[in-house]
Amino acid sequence: MANLDNVKIMNPADSKIPEGPIAEKWTNYKAHQKLVNPANKRKLDVIVVGTGLAGASAASTLAELGFNVLNFCIQDSPRRAHSIAAQGGINAAKNYQNDGDSVYRLFYDTVKGGDYRAREANVYRLAEVANNIIDQCVAQGVPFAREYGGLLANRSFGGAQVSRTFYAKGQTGQQLLLGAYSSLNRQIQLGKVKSYNRYEMHELVLIKDKDGVERARGIIAKNLVTGKFERFAAHAVVIATGGYGNTYFLSTNAMGCNCSAAMACYRKGAYFANPAFVQIHPTCIPVHGDKQSKLTLMSESLRNDGRIWVPKNIEDAVKLQKGQIKGSDIPEEDRDYYLERRYPAFGNLVPRDVASRAAKERCDAGFGVNNTGLAVFLDFSEAINRLGIDVVRQRYGNLFDMYEEITDVNPGEFANEKNGVKYYNPMMIFPAIHYTMGGIWVDYELQTSVKGLFAIGECNFSDHGANRLGASALMQGLADGYFVLPYTIQNYLSDQITVPHFQTNTPEFDAAEAKCIADEEKLMNIKGTRSVDSIHKELGHIMWEYVGMARDKEGLELAISKLKDLRKTFEKDLFVPGTMDGMNIELDKAFRLNDFITMGELIAYDALSRNESCGGHFRTEYQTEEGEAKRDDQNCFYVSCWEYEGSDDKAPELIKEPLHYEAIKVQTRNYKS
Amino acid sequence: MEENIMKVNLRVWRQAGPKAQGAFVTYNNVETTPDTSFLETLDILNETLIEKGEEPIVFDHDCREGICGMCSLYINGHPHGPATGATTCQLYMRRFANGETITVEPWRSAAFPVIKDLMVDRNAFDKIQQAGGYVSFNCGGAQDANNLPISKVKADEAMDSASCIGCGACVAACKNGSAMLFVSAKISQLALLPQGEVEKDRRVRAMVAKMDELGFGNCTNTGACAAECPKNIKLANIGRMNRMFIAAKCKE
Repeated sequence: MANLDNVKIMNPADSKIPEGPIAEKWTNYKAHQKLVNPANKRKLDVIVVGTGLAGASAASTLAELGFNVLNFCIQDSPRRAHSIAAQGGINAAKNYQNDGDSVYRLFYDTVKGGDYRAREANVYRLAEVANNIIDQCVAQGVPFAREYGGLLANRSFGGAQVSRTFYAKGQTGQQLLLGAYSSLNRQIQLGKVKSYNRYEMHELVLIKDKDGVERARGIIAKNLVTGKFERFAAHAVVIATGGYGNTYFLSTNAMGCNCSAAMACYRKGAYFANPAFVQIHPTCIPVHGDKQSKLTLMSESLRNDGRIWVPKNIEDAVKLQKGQIKGSDIPEEDRDYYLERRYPAFGNLVPRDVASRAAKERCDAGFGVNNTGLAVFLDFSEAINRLGIDVVRQRYGNLFDMYEEITDVNPGEFANEKNGVKYYNPMMIFPAIHYTMGGIWVDYELQTSVKGLFAIGECNFSDHGANRLGASALMQGLADGYFVLPYTIQNYLSDQITVPHFQTNTPEFDAAEAKCIADEEKLMNIKGTRSVDSIHKELGHIMWEYVGMARDKEGLELAISKLKDLRKTFEKDLFVPGTMDGMNIELDKAFRLNDFITMGELIAYDALSRNESCGGHFRTEYQTEEGEAKRDDQNCFYVSCWEYEGSDDKAPELIKEPLHYEAIKVQTRNYKS
Repeated sequence: MEENIMKVNLRVWRQAGPKAQGAFVTYNNVETTPDTSFLETLDILNETLIEKGEEPIVFDHDCREGICGMCSLYINGHPHGPATGATTCQLYMRRFANGETITVEPWRSAAFPVIKDLMVDRNAFDKIQQAGGYVSFNCGGAQDANNLPISKVKADEAMDSASCIGCGACVAACKNGSAMLFVSAKISQLALLPQGEVEKDRRVRAMVAKMDELGFGNCTNTGACAAECPKNIKLANIGRMNRMFIAAKCKE
């Protein structure tokens, strides 16, 4: 067990938060940071791992500044990174709608939405640069939705009382990523970015400088087509490799999303922060069977016009579960719009963690509406009756079609009329793992606890606290890549201008590559009976059952012991077919699964050590009489940072970074009034 | 849980490497359900292959929600299978009959060589985009987004063209192996917007030249590309690109 009694406290200076009032910190930082002059920039190499919104925007912007960039992705093209699947939109405080928005309000909503567990200064900077992102993307030719007058359109999203979300149909992530990809392509064409597709980072290489300080100086990456390991050196390494949601096996993440690059950094001394903060998204298509490979998200934007409900009467729920009646058979007066009932001020637009828990509460009470009892309705009848089907289809048509393709039910289809009210087929939804707020610990400069190693986008922990608001992930990924890292990394690189280009024929690279080969040989030589997926599914069950939407001490302790047993199963009974020569997709999956198991333990340790409920982390021991999350600001007002203890078998050590709020008064989150 | 078991026979192209001789292998009686996706059915088959100690079938896939463009597959003679306006990962087994034999091939195109089994190399698409699929400006110099009003009609049209996911179905469907739907989608998106206006001639010349250089065929207006496109990219994009190309060439 982690020793939780004598935890280390981080030195407040380590987070490198600039002096001054919150609104001036970033301006002050930029005014006083060290820069690298243009002639020196071309002497410096930067590795960027990942090509999602954070990775692609960072790689292209660093190259525009003049640095030499090496950019890696595991897919066949940088354009396929999972940012592409983000549907809803991107937030910014433009106040184009004249509805009272401001940088401060975006900052405030994000801190509040994160249940007061984010670092205040980072979030303010995020809100500050958000407006620049919209300008940048429009200049790239991103086709955001517009009004007839030619100006940009906005919509509202959960956790906010203003309309500040910019969108491109239901494909905002795709359009923003293709924008970043276009800038990246320009730099590849200009020779400033070298692009390595179908390469996976396996190891981080540290080299001591003349003062004996270990610095990140390169990576070992596997060419997934040839199966060979290759060495890459640089003056700094940036990881932008996304989140760890696939630890749960079933999630809305893409099949290839994994946490191995982050785990490689963790094992080399980068702290992992707040791993227990995992977002469970309320509007996903429910699980249909045990052969399912992933879960599909239905955009949160549906909650703008869709109303979430379950039957008022348990008898109706039982009939729905048995398939004897349909949702449209239940009249208005027998429907329980439980979000509107419990949270009158925000209604269906409460933040994701609140909506997910409320759905679980109703289903646990027996009111689930499908054959497994694990689904609630999302209904458009009221919106269609108010706006007409054409307007509703214009807004959500592609999502309706997607839903129909998967479930064979069309949500916009007229189903029934009772007492003069027309009812349409509702969607069925249920919460699923979607995003991970936790990640590699970074300071204000986005540098990890390893010198020269930076982490950006979902893969760091910095801006979302214990819960992320909708349309904020795209904002953070692009803020880090376009407007934060290109400044802050120079403060580090300015000291490195006399360091020549690195060679890869050093003992450090030899040792790192030898380790990668030995690790793969170990996996190949187990020669057991279990496939990678069968063990991964078992991992997912343990995680969802004990480290999912509701957690308690007993369950978490059980989870940790089950995960230890699972690791033994993995090490003794795994079977990987084929050889190490050439492409071996099972071997690549086995490599990732090893890290998912370590990650699973890390999530469980963190969940166990955080004795409170906040945001996506809900401990059943800590709740109010009404079932709302109960934070403990007295004892838990900190970022948990986990330090690797040299072996996956050892429990990691907890270091606490205390939070300090100057601008915002910490209070109980209230979405009721 | 409702489980209507159905069985299908999968006739799959297996090829050990880029230069190896490939062949169809038929796997009979693969058990699945109508609510299972086509790729999940391949997962099920792969699990049984691994149980037998064999190597699984390699195919490209990632997001499994129809947006990343990674999945491909020629299924029963159609790129992305029988459904229209959907990718392979959005294809569900209820589209097939119980007991049906389903033929699964990689993309057919000289410009997309096979890497292994059903996985192909689509790097040529990236190279075309690198030749000019962007607006040339550096991050940081943009004006306020609302200083540039754009008509909703134009913006929506640009959005439709920008929906291309770069999967390569258009090339695979075309008897000439032409990439013109893919190339024209990007050219149209930027041509419809004022941001792309400044360098439109340069862009169309560079992208078309790169497309020709990489060995893609020409368009003969068959329309198979648009018919098979999972994102319904319109043939009109090709017409626009041709007009722009001629105009740009005339100015040279």
